[in-house]
Amino acid sequence: MSRSTSDAGIDVAGLVEEFDLARVGHYALIVLFLGFFLVSLETGIMTALKTNEAVARSLPFAPPTGEGFTLGNLRFAFERLSGSFFNSLFMAIPATIGSVLLGSMAAYGLTLVDWRAQMGFLSLFLIGIFLPYQAVLVPLARFWNNIFPLASMLEPTFEALPFLQGFHANLVPLIITHIAYGIPICTILFRSYYRSLPGSLVEAAKTDGASITKIYRRVILPISKPMFGVVFIYQFTQIYNEFLFAFTLITGADTPQAVVTLILPAVGASTSGIDFGIRMSASFLAALLTLIIYVAFAEQFAEGLRTESG
Amino acid sequence: MGTHETTETAEPTEETVDWETKLRYFLNSDFVRSSPYWGIPFVLMGIAVYGGIGFNVAISLTDAEGLTPPDYSNLDLEMYSAVLGNDAFLQAAQNNLVLLVVFTTICLIFGLFLAVLLDQGIRFDDKIQTIYLLPMSLSFVVTAQMWLWMFNRQNGILNIIVTAFGFDSIDWLGNPSIALGAIIFALIWQFSGYTMVVYLAGLRSIPTDQFEAARVDGASTTKTYLRVIVPQLKEASVSAAVVLMVFALKAFTFLYALTGRYRPPNGTDILATLMVRQAFKFGKWAYAAAIASFLMLMALGVIAPYLYYQYRQGSL
Repeated sequence: MSRSTSDAGIDVAGLVEEFDLARVGHYALIVLFLGFFLVSLETGIMTALKTNEAVARSLPFAPPTGEGFTLGNLRFAFERLSGSFFNSLFMAIPATIGSVLLGSMAAYGLTLVDWRAQMGFLSLFLIGIFLPYQAVLVPLARFWNNIFPLASMLEPTFEALPFLQGFHANLVPLIITHIAYGIPICTILFRSYYRSLPGSLVEAAKTDGASITKIYRRVILPISKPMFGVVFIYQFTQIYNEFLFAFTLITGADTPQAVVTLILPAVGASTSGIDFGIRMSASFLAALLTLIIYVAFAEQFAEGLRTESG
Repeated sequence: MGTHETTETAEPTEETVDWETKLRYFLNSDFVRSSPYWGIPFVLMGIAVYGGIGFNVAISLTDAEGLTPPDYSNLDLEMYSAVLGNDAFLQAAQNNLVLLVVFTTICLIFGLFLAVLLDQGIRFDDKIQTIYLLPMSLSFVVTAQMWLWMFNRQNGILNIIVTAFGFDSIDWLGNPSIALGAIIFALIWQFSGYTMVVYLAGLRSIPTDQFEAARVDGASTTKTYLRVIVPQLKEASVSAAVVLMVFALKAFTFLYALTGRYRPPNGTDILATLMVRQAFKFGKWAYAAAIASFLMLMALGVIAPYLYYQYRQGSL
């Protein structure tokens, strides 16, 4: 109340000034939060480029200067991680393709199921998204190690394949696990897209006598290209960044089949503490691929997140 | 074949439609013809998720430990009572509850604040949104390393700020009464971009004339948001809250990656870290499976009301 009475006495110039001040404050807040979200990333990159001495002496966010600059930590970290980059890609690419394709199929199939049954299926898929993976870790370890040791069964085959070693067979159970647990989220993402399409599209194709497979291949697949982009970006980032399944199914960061995320918490650690120059270099390298994908496809990534909770 | 159909139309009673016709109709229905599409993913997912849960419950009823395989002939609830009687479990459950409530609440409020900030027709808002959301594209393993450095006792930025104000440096992750708060702070940094994106989508779906109508009525901007806009974001809030709460229950990776060991910083042990430690460090499979069952029940306690809410809203 007191505000409105004081406003009445202020002239136009004063109002404009106040308005501008609010705007300046608004932008200042936005820039402040830009700093908040970027400072740890910037600090990490700067630390990765410094010698140990410079890390200890300079401010963590200050760029390296003169003597303090080195690429040695990055080189060391790259050598430590190099094999695991291949492992991560070898695991994440088929796992992404598999779960995205199966999710799209499931979402399409469900649109043809009557409403009542759809609710039941959907609830089961939705619970699958939110399932805490801890609830299946013990069974997973038992299944892949004792009941169905697929990795050791495939090892001789992988030995014979070009570009691959026997130990890469250990990644196959991980791929299958990621596909199976990735299906629910992919299905829900595709379903929300298919639901937004006009229902007459499928109906028209059906009255034309097109088979269900034909409708999928000729009608649904071509129009769901944008959604394939969204789900693919989202799912690849998730699987590449994932830790818990890899941790459960691949024993130890020292094994040759370890993926990037598995090695990272152990890089640059010694009895005298953590070498942060090396640790930050490794973190930057581990994040680089997902960072590039994110910067290039930020809109798709955001769309995936929006739809997930939509 | 045609005779069946004529008798059917003449006398549409149950008896005249024999089981072969029924079967034929059933096999020709969309439900069955589309079954290869939803069926294959469903079976694979069903085995993994529901088979896994069932298997976990079965193991939790045995006494499986170390290298001895589970013996299913002698099932009891012994592990569940052992879990409930254990102080470590109760402490972890308490930490988990704190994490869930504080993390979810602050993330929602801060995310809403950021969304409102970006929804004022400012320039480059999509670029700014991309930067605010950037932490969500990083692995928890990576962000844990960054925050380990931020929280560092000697050279971390947070302590440089604290000492610049003349205070003593703080052992953020080493002091058990601060560590959980520090971790919640780091997780809010990672997740608030997500809540912002969800809220921003909600805000942009609200027609602008509502703002104008409120302004004509003389309501201030703050009042407009609190009275008119925020109540309409209920659905966005509910789904974001569910995602955040379920994450808080299962958050393991960030805590593990901070130390690189099974034991997270003192005072931050939650059910997920306790469960993994009991299973994969100590080999107490049945005991860990029982903890996992409790975790599953808590997650269901969040998901089930949400599914019901979505169903009632007709947005499932």
